[in-house]
Amino acid sequence: MNVQSPPEKLTARDFATDQEVRWCPGCGDYAILKGVQNTLAQLEADPKNTVFVSGIGCAARFPYYMETYGFHTIHGRSPAVATGVKLANPELDVWVVGGDGDMLSIGGNHTMHAIRRNVDLQILLFNNQIYGLTKGQYSPTSKIGTKSPSTPLGSIDNPVSAAQFALGVGGTFIARSSDILQKHLPEVLKRAYKHKGASFVEIFQNCIVYNDGAFKHFTEKSVQDEMQIHVEHGEPLLFGKDKSKGLILNKEEMRLEVVTLGEDGITLDDIAIHDETNRGLATMLAQMDPPDYPVALGVLYAEPAASYEVSVHAQIDQATKDGDKADLNKLLQRGQTWTVE
Amino acid sequence: MSEVAAAERPEEKRHEIESAVVRFAGDSGDGMQLTGSHFTMTAAIAGNDLATFPDFPAEIRAPAGTTFGVSAFQINFGARKIMTSGDLLDVLVVMNPAALVTNLADVKPNGIVIADSGAFTDRNLTKAGYTENPLENDSLDGYRLVKIDMSRLTVEAVKEFGLSNKEALRSKNMWALGLVYWMYGRKRQASVDWLETKFAKNPDIAKANIAALNAGHAFGETAEMPAELGTFDVEPAAIAPGLYRTITGAESVSLGLLAGSLLADLKIAFCSYPITPASALLHQLARMKEFGVVTFQAEDEIAAAAAAIGASYAGSLGITSSSGPGIALKMEAIGLAIATELPLVVINSQRAGPSTGLPTKTEQSDLYQAVYGRNGDAPMPVISVSTPSDGYEVAIEAVRIATKYMTPVMVLTDGYITNASEPWLIPDAGDSERFDVTFRTDPEDFQPFMRDDETLARPWVKPGTPDLMHRIGGIERSYDSGHISYDPENHQKMTDVRAAKVLGIANDIPEQEVTVGEAGAKLAVVGWGSTYGPINRAVNNMRDDGLDVAQIHLRYIWPLPRNLGELLGSFDQILVPEMNTGQLRTLLRDQYLLPAEGLNKVNGKPFLIGELEDAIRTRLEK
Repeated sequence: MNVQSPPEKLTARDFATDQEVRWCPGCGDYAILKGVQNTLAQLEADPKNTVFVSGIGCAARFPYYMETYGFHTIHGRSPAVATGVKLANPELDVWVVGGDGDMLSIGGNHTMHAIRRNVDLQILLFNNQIYGLTKGQYSPTSKIGTKSPSTPLGSIDNPVSAAQFALGVGGTFIARSSDILQKHLPEVLKRAYKHKGASFVEIFQNCIVYNDGAFKHFTEKSVQDEMQIHVEHGEPLLFGKDKSKGLILNKEEMRLEVVTLGEDGITLDDIAIHDETNRGLATMLAQMDPPDYPVALGVLYAEPAASYEVSVHAQIDQATKDGDKADLNKLLQRGQTWTVE
Repeated sequence: MSEVAAAERPEEKRHEIESAVVRFAGDSGDGMQLTGSHFTMTAAIAGNDLATFPDFPAEIRAPAGTTFGVSAFQINFGARKIMTSGDLLDVLVVMNPAALVTNLADVKPNGIVIADSGAFTDRNLTKAGYTENPLENDSLDGYRLVKIDMSRLTVEAVKEFGLSNKEALRSKNMWALGLVYWMYGRKRQASVDWLETKFAKNPDIAKANIAALNAGHAFGETAEMPAELGTFDVEPAAIAPGLYRTITGAESVSLGLLAGSLLADLKIAFCSYPITPASALLHQLARMKEFGVVTFQAEDEIAAAAAAIGASYAGSLGITSSSGPGIALKMEAIGLAIATELPLVVINSQRAGPSTGLPTKTEQSDLYQAVYGRNGDAPMPVISVSTPSDGYEVAIEAVRIATKYMTPVMVLTDGYITNASEPWLIPDAGDSERFDVTFRTDPEDFQPFMRDDETLARPWVKPGTPDLMHRIGGIERSYDSGHISYDPENHQKMTDVRAAKVLGIANDIPEQEVTVGEAGAKLAVVGWGSTYGPINRAVNNMRDDGLDVAQIHLRYIWPLPRNLGELLGSFDQILVPEMNTGQLRTLLRDQYLLPAEGLNKVNGKPFLIGELEDAIRTRLEK
């Protein structure tokens, strides 16, 4: 037997496959792919225990580019497939990757149930507010009035807010980031990885071909400071250049309000503190929309709870504790029997 | 129990009969399924062979007294091998007018109809659509009618236990059961024991039910019994010795799946979504947690199939189950399992009709769906269950094929088999041959789609295995590396190899045998699935009458047994009775260019032996 040398520390590059990445030049997916590969390297994740599961769409090509185990499945069903993977082997670290159409339209039902069951998955929703792979139709997150091949006069259905959806179905971890936030994104992903249960991460992602600039009103450098608030548990909800703005809780109207420090007698003490275990606050943060509010990024909500596959196997462990019970012959003979001589 | 020990007084001589068909019918709240299952157990204990057919409404609890709320349980028991739940009824017990109007047509001419006259009130008669009481006019003249006010007699029999009238009436099914026990000289002890255990916490209810059971029996014994009612003796059947139990198709399939997984040394992940009549499987397997069985009630059919595939990918045996319309929803996911070449067992408990159809009625009309029902050229093996006990072996076989060939396998059973029961000679689990699965762990020259030379199966690798990381998916993949490939030649090759892999299974299944009779007869009656029983009885009867007929019953629908074409070619005529419009017939004609002829029926009911006998005679006596 050879003595095994300890494995060298892996880098982001070790998580990349030899496959040519085939996204459009300039697609936000490249940055997310790099962010995920960086995150796994920093976490010292074990490639053999890591599984990426995806549905259909541009984002769903993700597994082919990860040097881990991977399963590219069918549209919308990745949360269900991933649930099966976790049920069979709870030890695996399972990531689910998909776009807004994949996970909120055709797969909305499965996304809902994976989240509310609290299956220990990292669910990464790449939200670009459009269908990319099917060539530019509006998606369930598209704004009203989105002109697309299927809505030449503008879309008329109300968009869904991914983070509010996840909160509403009982999610235990809801976070947001963006493709261009290269430092922020890995930090959010690390938190997601460490959370036991369903970690839902909405990543605003730019589709350069069909919906270019959909998020520029809060992602462009010139407006970033004013239009993004990066929330941190236990820290005051401050944003703006020099952190001069903040959010206060208007208790009479039960809503958040944007204020400026130093105006109307507002001091740092008045600013609301982010409590990521407060679902109500998380909901208010998720609701915020420019131009009146900044977009809330970071971990909006995180509250530990028993994860599904652990509870499933706890029942099985309880049932199998008494090894004698698992006797197939006894089971075959269960109930009333009789002997024919 | 002292109640039962009461001297069974000497009786007049009983008529010896070879077999009898009895149906209990009443409102869905009358406990007819329970009554039937007690009678079944007692017949089994008496050594009869038997077959049962529970028939209940699709509504959970339809309004009392209505025709759509009628629940019935039929048992055919006998001193000979019983192949079906019986054609026509010797005895029909009806607890109300609705049960009479919906079941009378199945009673033999001059058969016995026992009616609870107490339930034939104006209100109940109106609900059943009668304008006058059929017990009081001459409309039942062709039958031996026995009118008994079971409601009143039951209330009287149980009045000492202080129950309300409504509670007291609940035990009238036991009164009826007691009477039928007396008719057939059956012992009550098993039922008494069951009632005492069941209602251990409610001794008054137990005592009331036992009192009702005894009262019905005593009613028969005493002079009060009308002369129309005979007493009968059904001797034990000649049955192979051994330990027996009764078993339904749902039980046998679930036990077979478990046995198969143990033989393969795999854990089960059973993922399903409730649907009639398939749900019974989920219920059965959910109670097998001590074997490490994972059951998952998914959010929908698609999720159930997808989760089962995910479980198979991760190294468990993924199983999903549904009934026809639910299977339709799963088909895209099944295509994914075919494309990624993962094992998956799919149990289809067929029901009648397109779309929702007749959820509680039986049919075998999903053969096309099973064999052809997917997008792309997507072949998968299909095997079928023929009797309630047959599910055990068929399920084991499904697990064997799925894991050996890395393929989904569809098992076709149906609502009749799922719910019906029959005696089962309990096998010894240790007698079955193991087929342990080997997971690939060797990274040397590994490619996810490299194939075994013989089976053409690709390797199964558990995520978590070092140095074998790979990606699979539904998009067409390169013949060996598994990387996405749009190469035209590669797609041709992959399509060909998927077909060849499934067709090759024909070399791994038994050659088709002639089930009854000999090759080369004038007529072969070819069936599959739950038509086994009636075809078998009809062919045997016609052979006894000297007709040159044989039975061929298929377990394997796809691929077909390798000798089947040649075998079928030896017969002058081929008749394919099916509870559909001719699906196996199409397949046989397509594969063998044979002039197979159909006998088709889709009324939600199994074939009657008489119907098949007529069809055989017509073809051989022209």
